[in-house]
Amino acid sequence: MKRSIAILLTTVMTASIMLSGCGQSGAASGAAQGAAGEAAAGSDEGGADASAKAETTADGSTLNVQVGPSPETIDPALNSAVDGANMILHAFEGLLKFDKDNNVVEGLAESYEVSDDGLTWTFHLRDGLKWSDGSDLTADDFVYSWKRVADPNTAAPYGYDLLNYVKGYEEAEAGNIDALAVSAPDPQTFVVELNNPCVYFDKICAFAVMVPVQQATIEANGEAWSTNPETYITDGPYYMTEYTDGAQIVFTKNPNYWDAANITFDTIVWNLIEDSNAAYSAYQNGDLDMIKDVPTEEIPSLEGNPEFSVEPIMGTYYVTFNTQKEPFTDAKVREALSLAIDRDYVAGTIMQGTYSPATNFVGPGVSDEAEGSSFEDVTREKYGDHFDISNYDADLEKAKELLAEAGYPNGEGFPEISYLTNDAGYHKAVAEYLQSAWSELGITMTVNIQEWKTVTADRRAGNFDVARNGWVYDWDDPSNMINLLETGNGNNDGKYSNPDFDKAVDAARTTTDLKEHYEKLHEAEQVALNDAAMAPVAYYNDFWLQKSNLKNTWHSPYGYWYFMYGTLE
Amino acid sequence: MVKYIVKRVLFGVITAFVVASLTFFIMNLVPGGPFLAEKAVTPQAQAAMEAKYGLDKPLFVQYLTYMGDLLHGDMGMSLKKRGFTVNDIIRNKFPVSARLGGLAVLVAVFFGVPLGSVAAYHRGKIVDNIIIVFSTAGIAIPSFLSSTLLMYVLSVKLKLLPSLGLDDPVSYIMPVAALALYPTSYIARLMRSSMLDVIGQDYMRTARAKGVSTFKAIFKHALRNAILPVVTYLGPLLASLMTGSFIIEKIFTIPGLGHEFVSAIPSRDYPLIMGTTIFLACFIILMNVIVDIAYAFIDPRIKLK
Repeated sequence: MKRSIAILLTTVMTASIMLSGCGQSGAASGAAQGAAGEAAAGSDEGGADASAKAETTADGSTLNVQVGPSPETIDPALNSAVDGANMILHAFEGLLKFDKDNNVVEGLAESYEVSDDGLTWTFHLRDGLKWSDGSDLTADDFVYSWKRVADPNTAAPYGYDLLNYVKGYEEAEAGNIDALAVSAPDPQTFVVELNNPCVYFDKICAFAVMVPVQQATIEANGEAWSTNPETYITDGPYYMTEYTDGAQIVFTKNPNYWDAANITFDTIVWNLIEDSNAAYSAYQNGDLDMIKDVPTEEIPSLEGNPEFSVEPIMGTYYVTFNTQKEPFTDAKVREALSLAIDRDYVAGTIMQGTYSPATNFVGPGVSDEAEGSSFEDVTREKYGDHFDISNYDADLEKAKELLAEAGYPNGEGFPEISYLTNDAGYHKAVAEYLQSAWSELGITMTVNIQEWKTVTADRRAGNFDVARNGWVYDWDDPSNMINLLETGNGNNDGKYSNPDFDKAVDAARTTTDLKEHYEKLHEAEQVALNDAAMAPVAYYNDFWLQKSNLKNTWHSPYGYWYFMYGTLE
Repeated sequence: MVKYIVKRVLFGVITAFVVASLTFFIMNLVPGGPFLAEKAVTPQAQAAMEAKYGLDKPLFVQYLTYMGDLLHGDMGMSLKKRGFTVNDIIRNKFPVSARLGGLAVLVAVFFGVPLGSVAAYHRGKIVDNIIIVFSTAGIAIPSFLSSTLLMYVLSVKLKLLPSLGLDDPVSYIMPVAALALYPTSYIARLMRSSMLDVIGQDYMRTARAKGVSTFKAIFKHALRNAILPVVTYLGPLLASLMTGSFIIEKIFTIPGLGHEFVSAIPSRDYPLIMGTTIFLACFIILMNVIVDIAYAFIDPRIKLK
């Protein structure tokens, strides 16, 4: 008997060795994948010693955090996710960056000038900049990196959004990347020429995609460069010492960073935990100093706990109406449905206070013209809040009147509608709330829950009546949200179209005058709100747990955490 | 026997081919794609990405290309774990899952077989009842519950075991226990019923009459015959546990393959869906062949044809 089991096990083990051996030769046979195979094997080995190091947490110089599961990528050009950006901004630094108050400040550039016509931006790099491997970083590295973002072979998801202002982008995107008007007249000067003036181009220069990456390592290792500690050459506060997909990424302080003297933690361990309950257990255990994924069922018990924070990020949760489809072609119908939503109740009770009620389309965290000002505050001063969240009963009455005016008194004759959403976070609870809220108007609504990719595909194709929607800003400019409603915009799922709106948005885009830029955007927002182009529901917040002894870190309205200057006391 | 194995392997290859082809076309029928995101990428970027991974070509051409590469052992680049090939992902993550699953199978056999035998021997007595109650509970309790309870008690409350990862040997205790609970219970029940069958046989009575001790009669003479159903169960069990469990890996943050099977689907990571499915199919086929061979060793009456 024992012998049989022994034979069985030996066979199994031999078989698994054979299998993995087979996979190895497979990877090596494709020339392009050869490097990738090596890279992953390297990271695995690196993983073993680095995790041993990371265990010595008690000395206070190691920070253990959780900002999400394994990122899709930490290659700056390929990244489009917030968790990836959080890691990237600890490993890389661009020309400009954001400070604690979310103002743009100098990063690798010591200073910069903009020409009078707003078309030429000249950056002067600091002296003695180096990569984490000790080699020199020059303006040519920026030229390479920016062209890489424009290169169709890179297929950077943000290539167009970030670089379409730059002269020659269209040609670069078609394949002639040298047409992109970025240049390095000398090793410390980087010049960018724009097609049109862009008043928020400084914010774009501070975006995590626009950081320099090292040409040598990318050319030698291909896309796998960003998955292997040895080839992930960085220029920012940290470099990578371990990458174990599904477990952890370890960052170690980069002595070659120009501002290394101010960087506090020797090591940051990004714990790649997907399950919020697992993250919460590890946090309670004391294994982690900060977690972003807090189980929603724990939130009621965490209120008032000093370790629990809720802060706004720039983003709005809204409901999209298919404006091409009856009865949503009528603005009165849309307005009625929008007014029938008790935003205070949705944000405070259904979403457990993790969202804030929306009173306009553009919410908190987004700047206006003056330094430190808020777009939403200016809206409030100039026009007043569009939704009076404290007086829901009046709104409901008005909604009923509007619906009657539109020809559907008490909902009579109103077709049965369907609400498209996926089942994540509070989406289903909100859907069920809308079902009951709109039944007050006499409207029958069914909830159509689909898997997330299906929702996205159907919503974009216009296969819906009403759908859940939401947007988190890429950068701090209201146009990033408002432009979603422009005719022809790829994210204009409701196909809203109004020439007055388009005109205002276009004027805001092309002006060199900051004041006019914001004025036009305010104008456009009012047009959209008055048309009920969509129904804003709530503003996004980030909520997280952070040990009270972890100090001097901050959270920005972009959804980024800055740990590099933090201390564990 | 060699002829039998060759035949089984050939059938296995055909099965794997059918599985691969069906998966390929079904997965492409599902709406959405790998590059569809809430933030719409521009049509230009979308086109560039599709061109880069060959997704702009007609489906049948993609199928032929994929199958051609697969013959060379190349399962392509993951679309959602940028920079990793599917081969890398399987090579890095399968050993983690296999170690965990292999340990769980060992634990299940080590405890399940004696428990079932003891229960059968003491049929109707209190020991039997206790084992039946526990094995029924073990089958009924889902792994997300058992692992959450284990984590809550041993890790959060008593702080005895780490809640994350597999850095040191003690961290295997909870995930292995959670994984082994169901198969241990199942094996115990399987063993109990087949042992009851065997104990009633004439040769057992003869053995006892000739003065063979109870222990020896059960564990030497009866076990060998009673264990066959367990061996049958071991094939699919090894395949399913060694390729990882989505739930256990998620709860204990283990970088295993089980997670990739599931997460590849909502993210529409086509090459990873294909790679993990084909791998699982091959592994199940292989395990079943091994179990068939093991039969012949355990029971000389069985001839493989």
